[in-house]
Amino acid sequence: MIEINAQSIAFAILAVLTLGGGLGVVLNRNLFRGAIWLMVSLFGVAGIFVLLSAPFLAAVQVLVYIGAIAILITFAVMLTRSMTNLGERFVRRTAGIVVAVLLFFFILLGTILPVWGVDGTRYDDVSAPAENVATTRELGVALVDGNQFVLPFEVASLLLTAAMIGAIVIAREDEE
Amino acid sequence: MDCSSVVVCDLLRSGGMDPGLAMFIALLLGVVLVTTIPLVTVIFLIWVERKVAARIQDRLGPNRVGPFGLLQTFADMIKLITKENITPANADRVVYNFAPLLSVVSVVLIWAVIPFTPYHIGTDLEIGALYIVAVASLGTLAIMTAGWASNNKYALLGAFRVVAQLVSYEVPLVFALLVPIMLAGSMGMQDIVYAQAGMWFFFMVPLSAVLLFIASHAETGRGPFDLIEAESEIIAGFNIEYSGMKFGMFFAAEFIHVFTNAVLMAVFFFGGWWGPGALDAPLLALLYLGLKSAVIYFIYLWVRNTFPRVRIDQLLDLNWKFFVPLSIVNVLVVAFVLKILQELQIAVPLNASTNFLATIPMTVVLLLVNVAMTYALIAWLRNRGAKARQVDLANQHEDIVVAGAAGD
Amino acid sequence: MEVSIASYIMLSAVLFILGAMGVLLRRNAILVFMSVELMLNAANLALVAFARHWGQTDGHLFVFFVITVAAAEVAVGLALIVAIFRTKKSINIDDLHELQG
Repeated sequence: MIEINAQSIAFAILAVLTLGGGLGVVLNRNLFRGAIWLMVSLFGVAGIFVLLSAPFLAAVQVLVYIGAIAILITFAVMLTRSMTNLGERFVRRTAGIVVAVLLFFFILLGTILPVWGVDGTRYDDVSAPAENVATTRELGVALVDGNQFVLPFEVASLLLTAAMIGAIVIAREDEE
Repeated sequence: MDCSSVVVCDLLRSGGMDPGLAMFIALLLGVVLVTTIPLVTVIFLIWVERKVAARIQDRLGPNRVGPFGLLQTFADMIKLITKENITPANADRVVYNFAPLLSVVSVVLIWAVIPFTPYHIGTDLEIGALYIVAVASLGTLAIMTAGWASNNKYALLGAFRVVAQLVSYEVPLVFALLVPIMLAGSMGMQDIVYAQAGMWFFFMVPLSAVLLFIASHAETGRGPFDLIEAESEIIAGFNIEYSGMKFGMFFAAEFIHVFTNAVLMAVFFFGGWWGPGALDAPLLALLYLGLKSAVIYFIYLWVRNTFPRVRIDQLLDLNWKFFVPLSIVNVLVVAFVLKILQELQIAVPLNASTNFLATIPMTVVLLLVNVAMTYALIAWLRNRGAKARQVDLANQHEDIVVAGAAGD
Repeated sequence: MEVSIASYIMLSAVLFILGAMGVLLRRNAILVFMSVELMLNAANLALVAFARHWGQTDGHLFVFFVITVAAAEVAVGLALIVAIFRTKKSINIDDLHELQG
């Protein structure tokens, strides 16, 4: 069973934040509130990254997701102000909920089966996590190492540039 | 962390307390201490700011409450606390009340990684500098949600401006921060301070320091970049509906933010707590850091009180057409030169034992490169300015001719 | 002693399902967008959990790239949504079916 210690308490709090925020996004009637809930959820995920000894990713998560993506979404919400308050929450209620519940159980089964095992043996405590923890330095080296991730890194930079230009072109008002 | 290395923890444990609990209490006390420092400092910062602003504007400033008006801030605080806390009828209640809190929290969180002395730092994160940028971006969120939740047109305009301004200026801010990180070879705050044992980074890369200064000044949303509040345009913008202590919190957050920026400037470019004898006497180290920050803080105030406000289009033009390209070029050039210096073995590894004399060759080269870049920049600006003036002059002339023709 | 990797994977799965439900059930384009972000985050969470479990950097790097792509996606996606809103005065996905046969 999971022990009660600092880490498990932190995990529980962060899990509640993450899932609560997620529920807020799915169930809200006000778009702006939805964006706030999204930030709560993203913040929970950042906290869990810290628990998983990935502080660099946690900082990037806060910086990029909350500091940029969530703020951009909020900005879009403000720009589309007449759509902020949603009269109806769901469309195609029954069909949608049935599909969602089916999917829920399908994915949950997919995750639970390997963990608890088909024949009743649990696998989650078979192997302890590895001792060595990936450091930020390793991460940085891997990004510029010719044998590892330098090509994806370059492609990602290109993608970002393309996206930026694309966004400017789309958002630009037609000039006469 | 080990319990026996912490005094409070040892003390509690000797009283028969569970070691885990003792450690927790010791850590909690540390957190309270670190967060209290900025919150107490701000009381005096407000007094300093009002005095300096008054002197610049040829006034006396607060001088009634206490000696030199030192207790004025306390009087103001009592006034703010006793005022009514108003929540507008159609405001988004929860978000509206949460925003002031978030604005203070986002700034105070930065203090967790500020190195006060060689031995006193909240937590020396491996990614300290990145943490600062990440946490500071929460401040944008606070101001924006405040603007939206107030349900007021001016507040919403303020919120729009916040997104435009703060998110834009984050770009040159991060690029400017990259340079000291590159020189120190680490994002840890203590590492960055130790790397300046031989030479302050300001003398190697002054252009980055100036970029960071301007970008961080824009991040705090103060004059000449105070478009977020702009009393004469959108009457206080995002905090128009706030009153009492909720307004007080935004106010305090802004002041702490400016001082935090001053401290960060001191840490990134002026050697932080480093100074003669700092390693042996932590108190002296704290004094060094305080003095450096105070001088930089004064410059922030100076700029705030002497420059007129820019227009929103000028602000964004300045950022995207000038600061962003400049900061990118700056990073590229410094990285390139640094690599060449390393290949030629002129650059020495920067750490606590680096000698002042050993750093001189690389400092001179980097400084020269910076001066060359600045000179090219100024020449280009002068050229462009002259052309713009000529066009203006030609237009004016045309206007006069047209007016003269119409008069006939 | 530590929270097992299974708990993290479970959390990730539930978060993913929440996101999927959002995409399926809601019809506001921005909300759908947010739900997609939730799903991406669920995937990130799982990747970091695996990386921690095996003590390798690859998972972290994948997350790094996912965040990059998400940023690009948001920049273009939101620009599109705002542009659509300008011309159609609606961002309800069911209203946008011009290209349907």
